[in-house]
Amino acid sequence: MSADSTPNTPKNTASGNDVASGAASGASTNPAVDGSELIRFDKVTKRFGSHTVLDALDMNVYSGKHVTLIGPSGSGKTTILRLLMTLLKPDEGTITLAGEYLTHEKKGDKLVPASDKHSRQIRKNIGMVFQQFNLFPNMKVLRNITEAPVHVLGLDKDAAEERARELLDLVGLTEHLDKYPTQLSGGQQQRVAIARALAMRPQVLLLDEVTSALDPELVAGVLDVLRDIAHTTDITMLCVTHEMNFARDISDCVMMFDAGRVIEFGPPEQIFTDPEHERTREFLSAVL
Amino acid sequence: MKFDWSAVGDFMPLFWRGVVVTLEVLALGSLMAFALGLVWALAQRSSLKVVRWPVTALTEFVRNTPLLVQLFFLFYVMPEWGVTLTAMVTGVLGLGLHYSTYTAEVYRAGIDGVPVGQWEAATALSLPRSRTWIAVILPQAIRRVVPALGNYVIAMLKDSPMLFAIGVLEMLGQARQFSSQTFQTVEAYTVVGIAFILIAYPASLLLRALERRLVR
Repeated sequence: MSADSTPNTPKNTASGNDVASGAASGASTNPAVDGSELIRFDKVTKRFGSHTVLDALDMNVYSGKHVTLIGPSGSGKTTILRLLMTLLKPDEGTITLAGEYLTHEKKGDKLVPASDKHSRQIRKNIGMVFQQFNLFPNMKVLRNITEAPVHVLGLDKDAAEERARELLDLVGLTEHLDKYPTQLSGGQQQRVAIARALAMRPQVLLLDEVTSALDPELVAGVLDVLRDIAHTTDITMLCVTHEMNFARDISDCVMMFDAGRVIEFGPPEQIFTDPEHERTREFLSAVL
Repeated sequence: MKFDWSAVGDFMPLFWRGVVVTLEVLALGSLMAFALGLVWALAQRSSLKVVRWPVTALTEFVRNTPLLVQLFFLFYVMPEWGVTLTAMVTGVLGLGLHYSTYTAEVYRAGIDGVPVGQWEAATALSLPRSRTWIAVILPQAIRRVVPALGNYVIAMLKDSPMLFAIGVLEMLGQARQFSSQTFQTVEAYTVVGIAFILIAYPASLLLRALERRLVR
């Protein structure tokens, strides 16, 4: 099933929300994308106490796609990113990345919860940028970016620094590489955080409300950098944001969440201009 | 009562020997308290009960019994079990062990104070556990607790005369010996009292300056 053949499959989450193949969006600017399935959520349930945040969610994301998750707060968008980053464990269901279990591993023919080592191996392919940046304040900008490539990927120091300089150039902060994060503005810190995530060359980049903690005048700089990355690389993006113009700009697919379910999804022009679902209409009229 | 300045002069050679011993005990004891305390703090975060439980029992026990009792135990009881240590070694071990249970709490608070986002960022970068501790968590935690650790160094300085009770001739021990031989008590003890102030007060000033620098 692909998004454009069945653009409106509200409520029917059990049959899957394929954020589909090359045809999903005419606006796809990533011809290199091979369109294979990269992320799969299979009946994933997550509860916090008695509150069910995600309810048997099925979801697929295809390689190279840029997917934006929208919806009221508490609807489970951020939980999806945190599950993918293994910051949370699902209560039920499985998550796979490129066919490999992320949260589980095979022991014989039984599926058991993943060891720390296994999930670290798989999650190397996933990068995340946080709302609060979470840069390491005890390291200068350059080392924030080289730390993981050196100690996780085994790059030598020179190669890692070379890579870091290229990325700092991409985010427009070359002259700040020798500063500590606290010496930078919020917008600059967030751009460093983006460079830090990209330095691991992840297949998937998770963006968790990356502009929400920024002063309004700093938002544009960060979004410009992300637009640039979205349009010039074939990285797969999952993005939780309240910046609807940005979502419209970079997304191949927008998913509307409500109460732990995907109630509607489709290309941005459709979701933003002609949503099927009453709940989506309400939400958009409140935020736009 | 007469204050005899010449007695002060007579005491000086012994006094300086005592100062050296006090500072030695303080330096070695502090190093031990810093290192062991970190070991306790990390062990108490272990996911293994067999590691956590004995460490908690040991640190609670040591923290809640008097230093003097511990010193006597190490010095007079351990030999019964075939472990005989010099007074100096016993003193350093006793002081270091005792204060390690306090520094463990300090480290624990420092580690708890590192924002959860730092752990999450380390996870998101797939940093191994050991690297997360060494490069991310501990540098931030320790920076926060340097002033608190410093306060315990000053407290250790003030507890160091207890080592006199097992025969370590630090400042107080030397004063006691001098006064018992010359019967000039006022001079020797006065010198020692002033010496403690001269060491402790600048040290606490230094700490306050350090605190201003570190806690930004």
